[in-house]
Amino acid sequence: MPNMSLKKNEMPAQAPDVRNKNFKEVALGYSKETAVDEADRCLNCKNKPCVSGCPVNIDIPAFIQKVKDEDFDGAYDIISASSSLPAVCGRVCPQETQCEGKCVRGIKGEPVGIGRLERFVADWHNEHSTAEVKKPEPNGHKVAIIGAGPAGLTCAGDLARLGYEVTVFEALHLAGGVLVYGIPEFRLPKAIVQKEIDGLKALGVTVNTNIVVGRTITVDELFEQGFEAIFIGSGAGLPRFMGIPGENLKGVYSANEFLTRTNLMKAYTDNSDTPIQKAKNVAVVGGGNVAMDAARCAKRLGAENVYIVYRRGEAEMPARNEEIEHAKEEGIIFKTLNNPVEILGDEHKLVTGMKCIEMELGEPDESGRRSPVEKKGSEFVLDVDCVVMSIGTSPNPLIRNTTKGLETNRRGCFVADENGLTSREGVYAGGDAVTGAATVILAMGAGKTAAKAMDEYIKSKK
Amino acid sequence: MYKIVRKKVLNPTVTLMDIDAPMVAKKAEPGQFIILRVDENGERIPLTVADFDRDKGTVTIIFQIVGATTEKLNQKNEGDFIQDFVGPLGVESHTEGLKKVAVVGGGVGCAIAFPIAKKLHNLGCEVHSIVGFRNKDLVILEEEFGQVSDKLCMMTDDGSHGTKGLVTDALKQLIESGEKYDEVIAIGPLIMMKFVCALTKQYDIKTVVSMNPIMIDGTGMCGGCRLTVGGETKFACVDGPDFDGHLVDFDEAMERSAMYKPFERKKHEEVCNLFQKEVK
Repeated sequence: MPNMSLKKNEMPAQAPDVRNKNFKEVALGYSKETAVDEADRCLNCKNKPCVSGCPVNIDIPAFIQKVKDEDFDGAYDIISASSSLPAVCGRVCPQETQCEGKCVRGIKGEPVGIGRLERFVADWHNEHSTAEVKKPEPNGHKVAIIGAGPAGLTCAGDLARLGYEVTVFEALHLAGGVLVYGIPEFRLPKAIVQKEIDGLKALGVTVNTNIVVGRTITVDELFEQGFEAIFIGSGAGLPRFMGIPGENLKGVYSANEFLTRTNLMKAYTDNSDTPIQKAKNVAVVGGGNVAMDAARCAKRLGAENVYIVYRRGEAEMPARNEEIEHAKEEGIIFKTLNNPVEILGDEHKLVTGMKCIEMELGEPDESGRRSPVEKKGSEFVLDVDCVVMSIGTSPNPLIRNTTKGLETNRRGCFVADENGLTSREGVYAGGDAVTGAATVILAMGAGKTAAKAMDEYIKSKK
Repeated sequence: MYKIVRKKVLNPTVTLMDIDAPMVAKKAEPGQFIILRVDENGERIPLTVADFDRDKGTVTIIFQIVGATTEKLNQKNEGDFIQDFVGPLGVESHTEGLKKVAVVGGGVGCAIAFPIAKKLHNLGCEVHSIVGFRNKDLVILEEEFGQVSDKLCMMTDDGSHGTKGLVTDALKQLIESGEKYDEVIAIGPLIMMKFVCALTKQYDIKTVVSMNPIMIDGTGMCGGCRLTVGGETKFACVDGPDFDGHLVDFDEAMERSAMYKPFERKKHEEVCNLFQKEVK
């Protein structure tokens, strides 16, 4: 008999006024008992709507059944057959619009906590499993992956499982892409990312860090070295600024810089050589998940007041509800319907404030959201000494500028078909490099689709 | 890990190292830079390529000991390894079509000016080098500059070597004496580049400067290296490091480069204290 409770089992978490002073993980994870109890809420419906909501098509009811049976290794095997990064997805996927959004239990009450169960299974495996990873039989073919982020790592994992000799080229000194430089430790501990990458290495994947494709080596040179197909998962790394006066003052960061200093370079620890401004009052401009991450990092770095400044209303924010809630609990102040017009500085070019103007919502624009309009004469100055611009990114031009025959669109994204194939034979692309800034799981889905297409392409050449 | 195959102390505060990095050596061109990390907790710092040997697979870096990272790097010896070394990054210096150029180097900036002077010389361009240092003890690469320059002006602030005066004094004299340059290339402290540009602007001589702002990734991701050039925001790492000196906002660049001075001073002291303890 299933557990008919209308509510999900709650996720244990650090108390807000404790966690906003440390970088340890916020959500603590289900216990074994809670996991089994939550699994019992799954009705195991025949048509499995949840699976259709998953970008990598994990057989969700099957893994949940194994959790009910307390066969956690079995559950892990089912998840990992479809996902290269289970412990990551269980933490950062927007489940509410994917698997859980389709769950039948969600029609009346809350859906099954699929993400929480996925996380439990992955963490249980990482903690308990001693099973050796079996290296697949080599098939004698070499493939190259550019970028060790979610898209590239997923593509690498899938191809390695098929027996390919996979080499990943990463520009930074550490593999993981946005999982290590962008998403903070308190939302996704870096030890977990490292564990997932170690798992891929155990499968035979080689990761070469410190290689900037487009500079150190080109796509054409990779083909000359004998790679038969190439996947580009270089992400959308170029930060945007607003183009308002004062953006080059000291104390204005792109979200990328602020998060990279904090997460990748560990500026929050005492033994890191990388500095970061210890600001008193911080304004984060933007309303996405990255803005929430930056605001919550700023708070943890010791800021007294951290503001989210967003030109539309809270309902229009692209961030996940869970992230908005967590940020509010931690004391982040939301200044919605406000837009910066100028950043003010002193004679040493240090930020002293940000001039904003109030906004109101007008007619819906092409994105379907009501577009914000300035309220005349409503300017005011927000007292801040640091501003973090979190208004989006665009793809890095290094590869498109150094590779002939690779078509890009007007936003600089690679043009790829539904299988990830670009305008050049043997070159596939996926993730933010194709779509512009999106989510980890969509990038993983693209990496997965491309891996399948690359396998078919190489086999068809024989 | 990347091996230090040669270390040479050029003067008490400036050190040269050849780093074993074949993939970087294969592609490096004058004007480009690398990013390195000394150890696991190290910060990423950019250093402009001073020379390279494609056959040996080495890249030469020359650095001044100014903070914790360069102090730690300087403690390493031949045969030791550094954690990370990535490049070549940025756009190479343009040299096409140049027939006569004045290369102006100041202090450790001479290390970056030298490979450009060398390349221009090899391309058959007439090279006048003007190099400036605070005093005799800080002079570097004098012989090397001599080999690639049709004219070499050695300047020191105190007159302890060469002629007493600033590089701008020598440059002004050469221009006034009738030398006609296609271009002036100025590499050194921001304040020096600012004054060279102010001078050449009066004579309307195109001037290229090499900017070395604070960076993290060096691939366009963080935007920390942004500068204002001709009223537009540019990223030194992907749009530069070379820019038209008459368009660069040097005052802003000077302020931005001082962003973390107090932190750097504190870290440097920590590192120095640590090494002193180890010596005892």
